[in-house]
Amino acid sequence: MVPWRFLLRRLVMLCGSVVVASFLVFAAVDVAPGTPLAVLSGGRSISPASLRILEARYHLNEPFFTQYWYWVNNALHGDLGISITLRENVSTLIAQRIWTTAGLVLYASILVVVIGVAIGLIAGLRRGALDTGMVVVTAGAAALPSFVAAIVLIFVFAVRLRWFPALGNGVGLLSNVWHFTLPAIALAVSSMAIVSRVTRAAVREEMGREHVQTAVSRGIPTGQLIRRHVLRNAAIPITTVSGITVASLIAVAAVVEVAFGLNGLGALMVQSAESKDLAVVQGIALLLVLAFVIVNTLVDLLYAMLDPRVSVGAKA
Amino acid sequence: MTEATVRDSATSAEKRVPSADLLEVIDLTVRLPVEGEVRSVLRGVSLTIGAGEALGLVGESGSGKSMMARSVDCLLPPGAEVDGTIRFDHGDVGSLAGKELRRYRNQVAMIFQDPRAHVNPVRTIGDFMTEALRSNLGVPAAEARRRAADMLLQVGILDSQRRLGQYPFELSGGLLQRAMIAAALLTEPRLLLADEPTTALDVTTQAEVMAILDELRRRRHVAVLFITHDLDLAAAVCDRTAVMYAGQIVEVRSSSLLHDDPLHPYTAAIAAARPDIDRTARRLLAIPGHPLSAFEADPDQCAFAPRCPHALDECRAAAPELIELDGGLSRCARVRELRGRLKEGQDA
Amino acid sequence: MSTVASSPAAATAKHSRGLALLRATGPVGIACAVIIAVAAFVAIFGSWLVPYDPYVSNLSLVWVGPLGGHVLGFDGQGRDVASRLIAGAGNSMLGPMAVVVFSMTIGSALALIAAWRGGGVVDSAISSGLDILFAFPGILLAVLAAAVLGPSLLAASIAIAIAYTPYVARVLRGAALKERRQLYVAALEVQGASATSICFRHLIPNMLPLIIAQATINFGYAVVDLAAISYLGLGVQPPHADWGVMISENQSGILQGYPLPALAAGACIVLVVVAFNLLGERLFEVTKQQSR
Repeated sequence: MVPWRFLLRRLVMLCGSVVVASFLVFAAVDVAPGTPLAVLSGGRSISPASLRILEARYHLNEPFFTQYWYWVNNALHGDLGISITLRENVSTLIAQRIWTTAGLVLYASILVVVIGVAIGLIAGLRRGALDTGMVVVTAGAAALPSFVAAIVLIFVFAVRLRWFPALGNGVGLLSNVWHFTLPAIALAVSSMAIVSRVTRAAVREEMGREHVQTAVSRGIPTGQLIRRHVLRNAAIPITTVSGITVASLIAVAAVVEVAFGLNGLGALMVQSAESKDLAVVQGIALLLVLAFVIVNTLVDLLYAMLDPRVSVGAKA
Repeated sequence: MTEATVRDSATSAEKRVPSADLLEVIDLTVRLPVEGEVRSVLRGVSLTIGAGEALGLVGESGSGKSMMARSVDCLLPPGAEVDGTIRFDHGDVGSLAGKELRRYRNQVAMIFQDPRAHVNPVRTIGDFMTEALRSNLGVPAAEARRRAADMLLQVGILDSQRRLGQYPFELSGGLLQRAMIAAALLTEPRLLLADEPTTALDVTTQAEVMAILDELRRRRHVAVLFITHDLDLAAAVCDRTAVMYAGQIVEVRSSSLLHDDPLHPYTAAIAAARPDIDRTARRLLAIPGHPLSAFEADPDQCAFAPRCPHALDECRAAAPELIELDGGLSRCARVRELRGRLKEGQDA
Repeated sequence: MSTVASSPAAATAKHSRGLALLRATGPVGIACAVIIAVAAFVAIFGSWLVPYDPYVSNLSLVWVGPLGGHVLGFDGQGRDVASRLIAGAGNSMLGPMAVVVFSMTIGSALALIAAWRGGGVVDSAISSGLDILFAFPGILLAVLAAAVLGPSLLAASIAIAIAYTPYVARVLRGAALKERRQLYVAALEVQGASATSICFRHLIPNMLPLIIAQATINFGYAVVDLAAISYLGLGVQPPHADWGVMISENQSGILQGYPLPALAAGACIVLVVVAFNLLGERLFEVTKQQSR
């Protein structure tokens, strides 16, 4: 059952977010100390000819909003400017690297959702040593930042055990997967812990609810009870938190890319920030914000589909 | 085979008949682990309900009445210690497990106090109602829905097809409670445990729901254990009423006699404490002190003695047993002397 | 629940309420609080506590392991690791402090303003604005800030603070709305109390346990985020000592077989973050129980 009105509202918010975000990203150039020209050129000295090209390109002699409009227009047509340091179209640079980042985030997301929820379910449905052990381990793992996890993984699995490579993308699909495994784990570890804790809490809470008692009193068999009443209801908070966590992976991926020397969007963005290559930073930031907002909207949609009180209630 | 005392409605005489009891609870004692210690909630409770009979169970909070219902339906929390016997249709309930237990649960249905908390909010009403039919009795979905729609009509919900597709939050408290009653009756139970079904509803809705419950009970010949804190409500619907205090039964009496000829000071006190539109009273009568739970009561004396206006030394010396008197039961040691003088306002 | 109390009584009441709150978090909570206190102490007094100069490099001792008084050995530039860790505590905890103070203050203010006339135009405007700002993950904003303003701890802290504020405001808005609807607020309004005085003398003190719990958890997140930014080279700049910077500096050591400096810095981060997270979670639970 698709909640159409809800979806429409969320899409409007999505567009609003992207517009505001794009404006902020664009306006960053204005905020920078020094003239926009100096910022764009990264403080390097440039020939008068290049100066005129830059001026024309970025419409620097025109009012602020006109510049913004040109920028957005270009962006919608796939033109995000030129990288000063790498002398390439930003869009080309992005296209070269987007699959690295997408692949890494996807790999990590699968780990987070599948393993996180599985551990949480096992701990939530049983009691005893397994459960307590899991609570302790996840408390520690949830606090493990991805770059710390990265160095630990590199130390243990790449240097000591030599099971996985420490750096680089690899060539070919299989090699890619092998190279991406440690980074994906580093990226996923703390999110996995969070998702499993939330899953466990949600399952426990649902099991204690009165409507489960009603079902028990009517003799519903245990397996069916757990599926239709405990898990189905717990799916709501579990999905929400998983979704938010996966969305956050998009930004944190940059750190992991740098740690493992992967040539993804995040790594490029960091590199460009250091060398003040603003066009690249703006382009990638815009793209990442877009992805982030889309994932969040999808999560909201999923939540509305799972909980009738949200979508149907919008009518009532 | 146990015997029961039945009042013949035609002659108003009592007679003892071989028991047609559907439910027999014999000396039930229940202890629950609460915050580390084990506390008693029920102490030696015995009662019987005959087929098609309505028994009211009245008590304040802490009296153990909800626990009674849960014990009968085997819904006690984990860690509960149970002594005594519960027999349903002459079979021991305590030893049931697995498939047998599920079958028992289809014959004994329970309806709860707060319908909103007790119905799964993310599933439709239709789903809620037909669940037991489909999974336990193997009724095909379409047939189950038809029966559910029919039952909704019987509880007074008219546009039943539409309601089946709705979610609990779209129904008012009264409607939801009626749907819960309907759902409970779908499996054609022989005993209905109603745990304060109308307490969460406003008075008008309360009256409607009670009327429906009463009518369905008579029509389908279902026995009912009706739990409430409202003495008058129980008396209106049930043939007999049992009163509980501090985890024990203190009086069992035919409902019509409960008001005019109570056999226990506690019953008289709660009857008197309820403001009645037909009486003029200068002050509201209240029982001094607060109601005790089973574990707070001293097991070596009458549990009500600390608050009882008629208490004497003999009441504080030993815990009284249930005394049979004139068709009823009483746990007051002084019942024979106090009888006839317990009705409100009269002192010993 | 809250009464208009005279100042000295209120002050002592608040003091013991704080301690009672801490005690209610149990042995785990207290242990975490101790760890945090120690870390704070080291952060503040670090420069006086260092056994050796954290900035002096001795190229003949590069990557040498524990030796004599140098408990954790030397890093890639021959500097004493333990001293750098102690000196780094200040940088690693200063940024998060600023982040938390900023985001909690602005967040609370926004939450109260929105909640004061809950459901009105101001509330909708603020809420929609916040929802839109949610689109910016902290790290992204920090990278942008570094690109524009130049990499520094200040730029990164401001960026992270701005990114956290909408989240804080949303959480506190819910609590503020609930508190706003309490009867005692209506009673005070009838007595003629002004909105600001009600907010400062009643709403905020009653929301304080929640604010503290949120601040504690956010501090943990801020430590992680800022360390990540410094790790990327966009926050604290080398040769300043900072745990994130140290991991970045010493990562090559792991590949060369000298993992200790990097792992030690990592351990410091994890220890502090775990302490803040656990304490924050406990505080949350206590707050929830108390409001029942």
